[in-house]
Amino acid sequence: MSTLIAAAEAPEPRSSSGFRLAMLLPGALVTFLLILFALGLVLFLAFRGNDGSLLGVGLTVENFVTVATDPLYWTVTLRSLVIASLVTLATVVTAYPVSYYLAFHAGRRRGLLLFLVTLPFWTSYLLRVFAWKIVLAYNGVLNSALIESGVWSEPTLAFLNTPAAVVVTLAHAYAPFAILPIYVALDTIPKSLLEAASDLGARPFTAFRRVVLPNSMPGVLAAALVVFVPTVGDYVTPAMVGGPASTMIGSLIQSQFGKANDWPFGAALSVCVMLVILVVVLVARGADRRFGSRT
Amino acid sequence: MKAERADTKRDGRWLGLYVLAYLVFLYLPVLLIPLFSFNNSIQAAFPLQGFTLQWYQTLYGNPALSGALANSLVIAAVAASGATLCGITVSYMDLYGRSPLAPTISAIARLPILIPGVIVGISLLILVNLIGLGPSRVAIVLGHILVALPTTVVVMRSRFAAIPKTVREAALDLGASDWTTFRRVMLPLSLPAVLSAFMLAFLISFDEFIVVFFLAGTEPTLPLYIWSQLRFPRSLPTVMALGTVILAVSFIIAGTAEILRHRGLGAARRNPA
Repeated sequence: MSTLIAAAEAPEPRSSSGFRLAMLLPGALVTFLLILFALGLVLFLAFRGNDGSLLGVGLTVENFVTVATDPLYWTVTLRSLVIASLVTLATVVTAYPVSYYLAFHAGRRRGLLLFLVTLPFWTSYLLRVFAWKIVLAYNGVLNSALIESGVWSEPTLAFLNTPAAVVVTLAHAYAPFAILPIYVALDTIPKSLLEAASDLGARPFTAFRRVVLPNSMPGVLAAALVVFVPTVGDYVTPAMVGGPASTMIGSLIQSQFGKANDWPFGAALSVCVMLVILVVVLVARGADRRFGSRT
Repeated sequence: MKAERADTKRDGRWLGLYVLAYLVFLYLPVLLIPLFSFNNSIQAAFPLQGFTLQWYQTLYGNPALSGALANSLVIAAVAASGATLCGITVSYMDLYGRSPLAPTISAIARLPILIPGVIVGISLLILVNLIGLGPSRVAIVLGHILVALPTTVVVMRSRFAAIPKTVREAALDLGASDWTTFRRVMLPLSLPAVLSAFMLAFLISFDEFIVVFFLAGTEPTLPLYIWSQLRFPRSLPTVMALGTVILAVSFIIAGTAEILRHRGLGAARRNPA
């Protein structure tokens, strides 16, 4: 017995260095070169002046001064934050009941339903945005359907090229992202916890509010993060269904690397977006810890 | 007790209806594309005009389209191979590597989830220009490896973690080297997950647009081709025919990946040792 325990606790023999090197190399190359070095380049470029060369010239904070003082950038950044927050809120709130059903009511249909709600994620993002364009357009599906059914007599321009169109389209495009993390969090709540709540006299809604909801918060936060991050930098949806009143920060970054050809300034805008995301991640982490301490 | 059970049942029914409505919201806009791809009108609007296959015929013998398709297939195959290789090694070393570097690499490998696509795109654009490569197919492959990496790492990590520890320990105790253990025991046991990770990475690369927009040189991928066609109202029905084909193929690949993943997990549960 004691020898068995000793054998189980004995340190594993160190693996051969050739094996370790070969197994670590691909990941190390990709993570250090492609991720850390490339992001470092963006940070470096953000502090350079634009002289048309690849890495710019000099060392300056001018780019950040422009971002901080020009009201245009404040407006666009604020709009991106508002649109991304609305998308996140809409996506998480509408996804939660679906995840709840999957975790507590779906039974044997769970696997199939889980597959069905995540399937749209694997179809082209571009096509999903395009689908909303044909729904919302002046000659589009919504207008023609409303006229056909007699609700409307004239098509309306009010659907397409609005911030609301951007929010609906993005909420649709990122919906599957929200369902999975919330479902995983709900699924790990022990059923005995719910039984205990009802044994102690909690009504179903109280049990939900005091037991289920707080315990699922880590999943809600994870969902909010995976929806917020890609939407705050999106430039395709605003370009296709948003119109000029919905320009987002991603569109500005994209144009700095295209038409405007001011890469250092585009890099500075990117650094600002990453800072915003960092703050959001830290807030989410803090909230996560608060909820984590409850269980 | 009885009343409670009735309560949850009623809740379940209402929630079930909600889930149904949600699925309609999820699928209705997407299914409009196949619907209008058979419509005999350039306008995507009701009422439907008549059934036609002419938009599908225009897909044939279009050199720009077949070029973009070939590009996308090659890029997706190479990028998915790279991302899967990284996913396998990164997660294996993270779980069993006993190297202080491994958890760090694994954490950074999952980082691209927290970077908006536009920033992944421009950071790689700066990098490939710096090393003299410039926008090119290689640049796109690098970009897509990054975008697919978090997915392959997560898929492989959960699969490796599901293999009982004793399996690997037994192999090592019986004198198998690390290489042999990895190649003859751990990799075959996780093969369904490897295939699933590869397919998911393939789909991610095949559909990816936001990053590729910055990294494409003279040879566009399929999403870039679609993007260029969206500007011309006349080509929209053709785009919808193309979109229908892409939707069908994506659904089939995603379905296969899902079945493989389940088979892998099921096998692990049935046959833990």
